[in-house]
Amino acid sequence: MSTSTRPGLSPTIVELGVRSVFGRRRGVLLFVLPLVLVGLAILVRALVGVDEDAAEGTLYGLGLVVVVPLVSLLGTTGVLAPEIDDGSIAYLLSKPISRHTIVLSKLTVATGASVVFGTLPMLLAGFVLMPGDPRFVLGFALAALLAGVTYCVVFALASMLNRHAVVIGLIYVLVWEGLLGGLLSGVRWLSVTQWAAAVGGRIVDPDATQDLSLGYALVATVVVLVGGTWWAGRRLRSFNIAGEE
Amino acid sequence: MSTIRLDHVSRWYRNVVAVNDVSMTLGPGVTGLLGPNGAGKSTLIAMMSGFLAPSAGTVTLDGDPLWRNQEIYRKVGLVPEREALFDYLTGLRFVLVNAELQGLPDPGAAAQRAIAMVEMADAQDRAIATYSKGMRQRIKMAASLVHDPSVLLLDEPFNGMDPRQRMHLMQLLRTMGAEGRTVLFSSHILEEVEQVARQVEVMVAGRHAASGDFGAIRRLMTDRPNRFVLRSADDRKLAGVLLTDPSVRGVRLRAEGGIELEASDFGRFSEVLPRLARDHGVRLLEVSPTDESLESVFSYLVAR
Repeated sequence: MSTSTRPGLSPTIVELGVRSVFGRRRGVLLFVLPLVLVGLAILVRALVGVDEDAAEGTLYGLGLVVVVPLVSLLGTTGVLAPEIDDGSIAYLLSKPISRHTIVLSKLTVATGASVVFGTLPMLLAGFVLMPGDPRFVLGFALAALLAGVTYCVVFALASMLNRHAVVIGLIYVLVWEGLLGGLLSGVRWLSVTQWAAAVGGRIVDPDATQDLSLGYALVATVVVLVGGTWWAGRRLRSFNIAGEE
Repeated sequence: MSTIRLDHVSRWYRNVVAVNDVSMTLGPGVTGLLGPNGAGKSTLIAMMSGFLAPSAGTVTLDGDPLWRNQEIYRKVGLVPEREALFDYLTGLRFVLVNAELQGLPDPGAAAQRAIAMVEMADAQDRAIATYSKGMRQRIKMAASLVHDPSVLLLDEPFNGMDPRQRMHLMQLLRTMGAEGRTVLFSSHILEEVEQVARQVEVMVAGRHAASGDFGAIRRLMTDRPNRFVLRSADDRKLAGVLLTDPSVRGVRLRAEGGIELEASDFGRFSEVLPRLARDHGVRLLEVSPTDESLESVFSYLVAR
């Protein structure tokens, strides 16, 4: 139990967060998305066999670009948005707890969901598609882990800044990462998915030339993780809750 | 014993002023924050709860600022107006969660004590989703009392309660006040405030319109000129008779029938009217106040 004002984790808030994510209807989507990914991996493997291009297309195009960010979006907004929307966050905020503790505890739940429903299915789909190439599988799993956690921070901050975080998150994932990320090469500088892919790509094939340098990808990821978490806590500290008027 | 002090506090949202230069001091005992809907009561309570920054002025609790100061929540208990609770929890778990987040040494015992205080022990193991409005209000009270706060802030706590639940909550608030806690509750209903609060602060259109014990506020409100429409068997005769009494400031015969009347002393007028009508053999058919709405009472106070 976190009672001091020093940032830490609060088991109580973590427990509430878990119940909030899975206690709602959209929690079901968290189970559906990884099933789609693994199901498609099985289908590709059955139709194409072991093929690196097909595996990469599936794990990147469906896994990293669609499933991982959506799982993070569902996890993060499930743990934050409902309480902000209905005002019940007042019960958390009216306590002598560091606002960073609230953010860290909620992010723990969201990143946990991202690992279980994003990273692990990517690992499984990787083994289905490329059973004989552990570097390939681990590279994509690491990319999924990094992207998932970073997205959680991005969407947590979005939930604090705007009441329509789910819609904004969906547009960001589908338009920026999904559509523009494939069309415009400049998007890579501001794309969480492509940063994570650059890091994972080093493990898949250390000698391959990458569009993004490993250094840039790592620094950008760390800046978003640390800066976003700090900003979200700070934002919660100045969170205005007006009454009904 | 705790004191909340507001010093020239204003709050505006872009170009809309919700609270306008309010200064008040709230000490131990029950204080009622009275005012019509939209008067700025919730905004004021949000600032006293540390949930909203004043645009100008300061809000302090025992000298410490309330904004961005989470330590104040060791002393403050809050009952928000909004209904939303963690519906998937049982009443007991909800109160326990609040005790744990307060960092109490024995959250279980504190939760049981708070639940007993609001008489919710029988329903504590049911999910909050199954609670009635009154039960929700009581479990919210238990959650806000779990750490034995010296300040209790309640935003429209009587909304939607049935008379029995209302009585029970009133008794609870009186007890809290008698124990030396600083209790503030908002309401737009005169009678609610009258029954619980000794001290009343009146808000109208964002301004602090009046302040005092209930008797003083009540007098301010009943001494104002009252307007009525009367219909009788003989309007002209009744109008003439009424004008002879000092409690009546003016009368006018309406073209469509009936009398428009302004009384300057409501208490006396209400005694005199039936007597004069009877003495002069005029049958009264209808007496209806034309400006009894709370808003007109409040705007009278502001205009003073």
